[in-house]
Amino acid sequence: MTEVLLKVDGLKKHFPITGGVLGKQTGSVKAVDDISFWVNKGETLGLVGESGCGKSTTGRMLMRLIDPTEGQVVFEGKNLVTLSDNEMRKTRKDMQMVFQDPFASLNPRHTVEKILEEPLIVHGIGTKKERKQMVNEMLEVVGLSSYHAKRYPHQFSGGQRQRIGIARALMTRPKLIIADEPVSALDVSIQSQVLNLLEDLQKEFQLTYIFIAHDLGVVKHISDRVGVMYLGRLVEITDADRLYEKPLHPYTRALLSAVPIPDPAVKREMELLTGDIPSPANPPKGCAFHTRCKECMEICKTDRPELREIEPGHFAACHLYS
Amino acid sequence: MEISTQKQMQPPVIKAEEKVTSPWAEAWYSFKKNKLALVGTGIVIFFILLAIFAPLIAPEGINDQKMSVRLQAPSADHWFGTDDFGRDIFSRVVYGARISLWVGTFAVMGSIIVGCLLGILAGYYGKWVDSLISRIFDIMLAFPSILLAIAIVAVLGPSLRNALIAIAIINIPNFGRLIRSRVLSVKEEEYIMAAKAVGMKDSRILFQHILPNSMAPIIVQGTLAIATAIIEAAALGFLGLGADAPNPEWGKMLADAKQFMIQAPWTMIFPGLAIMLTVLGFNLMGDGLRDALDPRMKN
Repeated sequence: MTEVLLKVDGLKKHFPITGGVLGKQTGSVKAVDDISFWVNKGETLGLVGESGCGKSTTGRMLMRLIDPTEGQVVFEGKNLVTLSDNEMRKTRKDMQMVFQDPFASLNPRHTVEKILEEPLIVHGIGTKKERKQMVNEMLEVVGLSSYHAKRYPHQFSGGQRQRIGIARALMTRPKLIIADEPVSALDVSIQSQVLNLLEDLQKEFQLTYIFIAHDLGVVKHISDRVGVMYLGRLVEITDADRLYEKPLHPYTRALLSAVPIPDPAVKREMELLTGDIPSPANPPKGCAFHTRCKECMEICKTDRPELREIEPGHFAACHLYS
Repeated sequence: MEISTQKQMQPPVIKAEEKVTSPWAEAWYSFKKNKLALVGTGIVIFFILLAIFAPLIAPEGINDQKMSVRLQAPSADHWFGTDDFGRDIFSRVVYGARISLWVGTFAVMGSIIVGCLLGILAGYYGKWVDSLISRIFDIMLAFPSILLAIAIVAVLGPSLRNALIAIAIINIPNFGRLIRSRVLSVKEEEYIMAAKAVGMKDSRILFQHILPNSMAPIIVQGTLAIATAIIEAAALGFLGLGADAPNPEWGKMLADAKQFMIQAPWTMIFPGLAIMLTVLGFNLMGDGLRDALDPRMKN
């Protein structure tokens, strides 16, 4: 049976908005507003949504790079939210992150060798010689060569840099990798290379991924299950295949219809979304999506729908199904 | 380790013989192309050599008084002439390089160390730490710096060492503010977030990641500040708050010479030229460093 590696319960992040002479709090941006999900060992959970829907904030909260306002993150039975800074620091050995921008996420003044060796030093793994050996092995694993070790990040292309970023995340042999839009800054031709690399590494090291992206095609390719976020809330989460075949939430349907089909002969009904995404500082009452939803009902304007299991393993937060 | 991933993917190839260049090496390369900067560096090196080999270069000691040759114009015997005690001005200017460079370098190093420490704390920890340190800087900057230096020397007592301390103190806020603003921007970089995600301690992030990436403007500002510090030391010397009597500090030499300015202008011209040249050298070098290390800092 599948084992749960990470469980998120009621996670919230409200960034305060302060104003006035005294810096009084005048409101808050609800970047992530009460989301719950779990990740099984060895699977890939995709998180998709528009820009600003809180998916990156969620990823960073899981690593405690941003402290949650409320809620629990349980990783291997430990609630990360209540850990001390030092315990959390040690836990990061088992959970690592791959960042979006390979041009910004590597220290420009360090050589590749130093970048990759540092996680080992920090967690006290191996002797100097062993660490060098591990760095060279890891470079080969991600498709670079050991002679690249002495170079600086600016001497690599975007795809190569992202490989270095992935190698850094793998150095401590983590169980969970949170990939925050790891391919969205890359050329399409390079994207598939990096995605394949991630898939191969998953098999090789028995990794669990949380894969954050805004590109549904990419997410479909790599994910076992997919969660869809809108305005800081999780609106639907289920198996990847099921989500793409039979989306329940109107927002998911609109998103899917916006994915281009590489065949001009295929005609498809587009469910274009109208209007802008509302401000997370002042989200609509009731269902956050009701301002743009074609199937909006009276209840949607007043009551916030809970994420419910509509079909076995298929969760959606929508009043259409209650 | 099995390398199963290798075959399916083409690892992008970089030629092995391609030159490996660190960011510092690249800065040096662009610095070398800047002629003015090289001239400035040449002047600075010239004065450093002068300071080091002063006993070999100077024909006389700093306090060899010969009343028979008082206030003589420059000649083959005394290249820069003699002062009112019959001391060889050339020798005194040469030895003066030691004092000026010593004061300039150590005063600036002191302000860099203290300023960086305070600036890093303010920038990284923010909140009340930042407010406290920034307000202290503001208060110090509200004084005209030379007045502050005079006040500090007045409290500590006039001597060269105290002049150095005073110059170091008045320059602290400049470096502190500079590094604070750098830290503020560098700490938002994704590689700092990545360092945290890897599991690094604050101290490691600060000194291995934030500090090296904040150094470029400090080096530039430091070079330029040496020039200012030399002028400030000369000003304190001129006011009688710096070097003690026989020491050939350039500013002090100017002060001693001012009563003979009309009858023996060389007593004033040569120490003045020495100050001007050293400062020019450091300024040219600093400008060159700025262009090389941080092209965006121009203007």
